[in-house]
Amino acid sequence: MNVDETDLPGLGRRKDFMTASGRRIGVVEYREGQTELIVSTWDDPDTCLASVPLTADEAAALGNLLGGQRLAMQLSEAHREVPGIVTRQFSISAESPFQNQPMGKACIRTRSGVSIVAIMREGEVLPSPAPDVVLHPGDLLIAVGTQEGLDTAASILRNG
Amino acid sequence: MDPLALTLIELGAVVFCLGLLARLAGRIGMSPIPLYLVGGLFFGAGGLVKLEGMHEFAHLSGEIGVILLLLMLGLEYTAAELVTGLRRSWQAGVLDLLLNFVPGAGLALMLGWGVVGAMVMGGVTYISSSGIAAKVITDLGRIGNRETPVVLSILVFEDLAMAVYLPVLTATLAGVSIVLGLQTVGISLAVVSLVLVVALRHGHHVSKAVHSENSEVFLLNLLGAALLVAGLAAAMQVSAAVGAFMLGIAISGATAHSATRVLEPLRDLFAAIFFVVFGLNTDPRSIPPVLGWALLLAIVTAATKVVTGVWAAKRAGIGIPGRFRAGAALIARGEFSIVIAGLAVASGVVPPELAALATAYVLIMAIAGPLAARFVEPIVRLFRRPVRRPAYRTSGPA
Repeated sequence: MNVDETDLPGLGRRKDFMTASGRRIGVVEYREGQTELIVSTWDDPDTCLASVPLTADEAAALGNLLGGQRLAMQLSEAHREVPGIVTRQFSISAESPFQNQPMGKACIRTRSGVSIVAIMREGEVLPSPAPDVVLHPGDLLIAVGTQEGLDTAASILRNG
Repeated sequence: MDPLALTLIELGAVVFCLGLLARLAGRIGMSPIPLYLVGGLFFGAGGLVKLEGMHEFAHLSGEIGVILLLLMLGLEYTAAELVTGLRRSWQAGVLDLLLNFVPGAGLALMLGWGVVGAMVMGGVTYISSSGIAAKVITDLGRIGNRETPVVLSILVFEDLAMAVYLPVLTATLAGVSIVLGLQTVGISLAVVSLVLVVALRHGHHVSKAVHSENSEVFLLNLLGAALLVAGLAAAMQVSAAVGAFMLGIAISGATAHSATRVLEPLRDLFAAIFFVVFGLNTDPRSIPPVLGWALLLAIVTAATKVVTGVWAAKRAGIGIPGRFRAGAALIARGEFSIVIAGLAVASGVVPPELAALATAYVLIMAIAGPLAARFVEPIVRLFRRPVRRPAYRTSGPA
C-alpha cells in the first residue's frame, strides 16, 4: 500500500492514497493536533467530498473497526477449509461487565469453547492475548469458534 | 471638549463601527478588509466625518498593525517549510512574480508615476492575500484537496519574496541611487539567508528567549521583541515591517503556534485600525477617476493569477477542475497590498492617486477573490462534458 504524505505549509500534513474504486481517502493532521478524515468525490480525486474532524478516541475507534475487519477477513480466509468454524468481532462497550477487568475473568473459552485470537486496541493488534490482559472500553475482540459458541460468548461479554 | 474625552469618544466610535462591519462581513461570508477600507473612506479626509482627536493614536496603531501583520506572516510558516517551499516551487513562484508584478508596474509607468510608482504598484498587484486565501480554502473545505499544497507553496514563495521586496521598496522610496539600491538588495538577501540559517539551526534559542508558560509574560515578551526589532530595522533603513517579519521566521515550533494564538486578537485590532487609517488618508473623491483603471487592473491580474495557479497545478499533475480551483484561490489581494501602498503613501514620494488606485483595486480583489474561488468549480463544470459515474463491482467473494 502506497500512502502519499504531503506537507501543507502553515497547516500540517496530509496522508492519503487512491482506492481501487478511484477515490482518494486519507487524513489531514493539523499542526495543532486535530485529525480530519478526507474522502474525495468519485469524479474528481483532487477534491474533498467530505472532511470529517475526528477526536483522538474517534480516530482510534475507526482504526479498530477497519483494522479488525481486515484481521477478521484474513482469519475467515484461513479457516475456510474447516467447516463450522467462524470468525466474529466483539466490541467491549462502556456498559460491559468485563471492562477494566482481566479477560480471563470472563472464562470465555471454558464457557463457550471460543478462542479470542486477537484484540484490536487504538489501531494496534494484540495477538493471542493472555488471560491477564485487561479489557478497555472500545477494544475489539477477534473471536474464532462455532456459530453457537460465538453466540454464547457474545452474551457472556454483554451480560456477564 | 477635553481633548482626551474627544479622543476616547472618537476611538470608541470607530472601533465599535469596525466591530459592526466585521460582524456584517462574517454574516455574508466575506473578508472584513474591504469593509474596513470603506469605513476609513467614510470618515476622515474628504469623507463625511472628520476625526481630529484620534489622529496621533490611530497613526501609531496603524504602524503597530503593520508590524503585527508581518510578524504573524513570519510565524505562519516555519523556516524549514520556507526552504522546502522555495526549493520545490520556485518556478511557479517566479512565474507568479513575473505575471503579476508586470501589470501593476506597467500601469503605473503608463500613468506617469515613474519607477518608484511602478515598484509600488507592481508589489500591490503581485502579492496575494494569504489571509483571505487560507480562509477561503478552509471555508470551502478544500484543505484536503490535492491542489491545496500547490496554492500554499506559492503563498510561501510570495512570503519570501516580500522579505526581499520590502527593504528594496523602502530604499527606493527613500530615494537612494541605483548603486545604493543594489546594495540594499544584496544586504536584504544576505539578511534573509542569515535569518533562515539561524532559524533552521538555532530557531529554538530565539524561541526560548521569548517563550514563557505564562501567557501574559509571553505576550509582553513577544510584543516587546517585535517592536524592538522593528524599531532597530527602521533605524537601519530596512523597514520596520521586515524586522518584525524576520523575527516571526526565527521563532519556530511550538512557540510559533502559541505565539500565533496569543497575538491574534492584538493583530485583529491593530490591523483593523491600520486599514481604517489607510482609508482615512485617502480622499474618497479621488477614487471615481481611477475606478476604470482599477477594474482593468483587477481583470488582468485576476487572469494572471489564474494562469499562475493553473500552470503550477498542472505541473503537479492535478486535473482540470483542480487547476482552476488553485488559480482562483490565489486571486484575492488584501492586507499586504495595503501595507505596500501604505508604506509608499507615508513616504510622500508617490502621487495621491496611487493610494486611491490601490484602495479601489484591493476593494475589488478582496471581494472578487473569494467569490471567484467559490464559483470557479461550477463554471469549469459547465464547460466540461459530464462524466458518467462508473459502476464498481463490490468487493467480496465472486
